[in-house]
Amino acid sequence: MEKMKEQEKNPRVAYGLALLALARADRNVVALDADLCGSTQSVQIEKNLPGQYFEMGIGEANMVSAAAGLALCGKTPFVHTFAVFATGRPFDQIRQGVCLPNLNVKIVGSSAGLSDFGDGATHQSFEDMALMSVLPNMTVLAPVDAVEVAKAVQAAARIEGPVYIRLNRNDLPVLTDDSTPFEIGKPLVLAEGSDAAICVNGVTAGMGLAARETLSGQGIGVRVVNFSTIKPLDGEAVRAALSGVRALVTAEEHSVIGGLGAAVAECLSKTPLPTARIGIADRYGQSAHNYEELLEHYGLTAGAIAEAVKELL
Amino acid sequence: MDKDRQDFLREKARKVRLGIIDALGIGNRGHLGGSMSCADIVAVLYFYKMRHSPEKRGDPDRDRFIMSKGHSVLAQYAALAEAGYFGKELLAATKSLGSLLQGHPERHTPGIEANTGSLGQGLSVGVGMALAGRMDKRDYRVYVLVGDGELAEGQIWEAAMAAGHYALSNLTVIVDMNGVQAMGRTRDRYAIGSIPGRFAAFGWKTFEIDGHDVADIAETLDKAADVRGCPTAIVARTVKGKGVYFAENTHTYHNNLLTAEDREKAIASVTAM
Repeated sequence: MEKMKEQEKNPRVAYGLALLALARADRNVVALDADLCGSTQSVQIEKNLPGQYFEMGIGEANMVSAAAGLALCGKTPFVHTFAVFATGRPFDQIRQGVCLPNLNVKIVGSSAGLSDFGDGATHQSFEDMALMSVLPNMTVLAPVDAVEVAKAVQAAARIEGPVYIRLNRNDLPVLTDDSTPFEIGKPLVLAEGSDAAICVNGVTAGMGLAARETLSGQGIGVRVVNFSTIKPLDGEAVRAALSGVRALVTAEEHSVIGGLGAAVAECLSKTPLPTARIGIADRYGQSAHNYEELLEHYGLTAGAIAEAVKELL
Repeated sequence: MDKDRQDFLREKARKVRLGIIDALGIGNRGHLGGSMSCADIVAVLYFYKMRHSPEKRGDPDRDRFIMSKGHSVLAQYAALAEAGYFGKELLAATKSLGSLLQGHPERHTPGIEANTGSLGQGLSVGVGMALAGRMDKRDYRVYVLVGDGELAEGQIWEAAMAAGHYALSNLTVIVDMNGVQAMGRTRDRYAIGSIPGRFAAFGWKTFEIDGHDVADIAETLDKAADVRGCPTAIVARTVKGKGVYFAENTHTYHNNLLTAEDREKAIASVTAM
């Protein structure tokens, strides 16, 4: 287990394999892509089940509305491109043609957050969870690792309605296994602690666990709680998962507006805790030669999370 | 097409037009002009060409019709009521709070196949339905009605490219070329150029017809259904507001209200057609 195999660590690779398994079992599952199938890994369908793959060219609006048409004829379309193009460019098509009639269309936003580090601001997405969360009928998922990606694909297929799945481009530490529960709407406690809680999802989960290590050396007990669902959140389950702590830090690779921090704060609005929200501070991204450098530049580090916890306590 | 059949279709088109007036009511703003311009096309689709039945709404083999110019849904509501998808008395409740008949098409209304209203999206939905039909080896056809003003939406041309690429011969778009959009004549406001030329450039077989001649509409729909290897576009020359003399060829009644007096004049005008 020292050296994890590529497919076990990379969310995109795990996604492609999970979608392939799903599509093999159900021939009504179809994949659409806007000329990025190699990156999004919907190429697994194109290569292995070509009858269930539709190349839609570089035209996201048409792709989403065509997916609505496929869903209206009994298909379960999974629509792929980078998160920024999957949610921003065809927002109106998603709103009017998918969410309003509550159609069974799955939008898969790949290379979310800063994870497409080299391509810069145009390709990085800090708004996708906010945009998708505001739409009635939409379920918004942000799986924490490659294992959860596969579970999220299965869960999305079981929902009769629109789902947005946010995926990271890069390898992520594997924090869960096949036996870890995955239930839409319920947060998952990754590590226990009673002084403060750190709410994480995606790439910030590893950071939250590292911050917990640091703080435990200083006598501070920190609970790390993962949120693979942004919407709909089970308020009771969230309050239970965060009960007993004195402070809260949320950390997300997304704008601080309209993402994880906002969703958690909503659940705690009647029983608020001193809270710090770490994320992208209402600004755009930029290019960098590696992911870590960029995360650090935007303040997404284990150190920043640990500091925020200490300031609150 | 024999005379009896033409008379039958003209009578259906008249009923669609009277249904539009019913749905408008008195003193409520509504899209009269674009509904009237497509009334003959909608009547021929529902009462001649399409395989459909209110008793078998979920039939996977039914033909599909998408009103991409969703504001003209009054014509579709009138046709659906005439075909028996819901009672004609519902027309008068169009757009009232809680009504089954919304201002733009919604799928919960019996007979409505897709939500439209944000212009430019219906042709793409048709592409998806046509792809599904091919995948499932079903022989249903998909008809999408668009407006000429709507062709300014870039997504129309994304869909045109997709349909050309996939050679969707089970897909027919009908352009209700009434030449008038919300703020004036289309050629003055935002000229579109040659509509058949544009579709042809994307690999479509095109037809040009008189959109108020039921025989021309019916025969061209038949020809389109026989085309193999590419999608078909029927560009129908129409008159905005057709049948209501004071609303013809003007944008004034794109979205306007009828007074009680206007309503009587409109009914008389349609009855005299």
